[in-house]
Amino acid sequence: MNGEARTWTLVFGAWLVAAGSTLGALFFGEVMQLPPCVLCWYQRIFMFPLTLILPLGLFPLDRKVIRYGLALAVPGWGFAAFHQLLVAGVIPESIKPCTRGVPCSETVIEWFGFLTIPLLSLLAFSTLIALLVAAHLRSRT
Amino acid sequence: MKQKTLFIIAVVCLLLGFIVAALLYNVEKEQQAVQVVTANAAALVRMHSPALGRADAPVVIVEFLDPACETCAAFYPLVKQIIAANPDRIRLVLRYAPFHKGSDQVVAALEASRKQGKFWPALEALLATQADWAPNHAALVERIWPQLERAGLDLKQLRSDMNAPGIAGVIEQDLLDAQTLKVSKTPDFFVNGQPLPRFGIEPLKQLIDDALAASRR
Repeated sequence: MNGEARTWTLVFGAWLVAAGSTLGALFFGEVMQLPPCVLCWYQRIFMFPLTLILPLGLFPLDRKVIRYGLALAVPGWGFAAFHQLLVAGVIPESIKPCTRGVPCSETVIEWFGFLTIPLLSLLAFSTLIALLVAAHLRSRT
Repeated sequence: MKQKTLFIIAVVCLLLGFIVAALLYNVEKEQQAVQVVTANAAALVRMHSPALGRADAPVVIVEFLDPACETCAAFYPLVKQIIAANPDRIRLVLRYAPFHKGSDQVVAALEASRKQGKFWPALEALLATQADWAPNHAALVERIWPQLERAGLDLKQLRSDMNAPGIAGVIEQDLLDAQTLKVSKTPDFFVNGQPLPRFGIEPLKQLIDDALAASRR
């Protein structure tokens, strides 16, 4: 595989993660009707556009999309990490920014005993950043 | 273009996966809802619940209603129409689900209006003027008095009856039953013990029609 094809595959992988996460979030919200808390909304704000923006850089391959993608993925990761710390109890209740209805520290889903929605989000954003950074390094050499 | 094909296949797979998962989830949830009601049939109707229509009507609609809920107000005339179209065949039992802020006070006023024999006029007056006393999804109990007075209620009597010890118990029991039956949104309907398969006026009509047809057999 030449460098260009590799970059394409990495960005495509990042898009797969973003699209899967978007559909997953929509499944939790619209199908299972779990109301998203405020922090979840912020993470959605950074995840959903990636689903649309990344493919624009795939056809034709445009390396600049890595920059634009990271501009969304990094703040999204920040919110996911903050959310994870909140759920873990590292950040005290008093500074949590959730006021409307659904508390962000409430655990609504726990798969296999550890996999919660905020953790899924954190994993997705981490994978996205890793893939985009790999694509960036690949395209430099 | 190999890459384009790959991308299109991925889009189709993701969307199909989403649709199939959603369908499976809904089927499962519907079955669960039926099981919950079957297992908790006693929670559907309580002795204290206000009811409209003949006690021996073949079709019983149980409605969980929040007087401050906009959709409940929109559904009410439609439900009344269905009942009017099938005289003596449908009984409507109301349960309270005061999920909106301040709504429990309005429910207490409705309960108190039963002592004056004016529950239904009071409910209808409040639902019709809901926009005036429940702006922004919060019930302002001080704004319901003029509406109730216009509906012919004795306000002084009503206010003292509202504090009767039984009323808080009624609200508590109804909220508990709503929780047992997994009623989380209002209005919610059960027709002869069957939950709504999907929210909407059409599924409700269908459910009532089926129950009416079954009762004629």
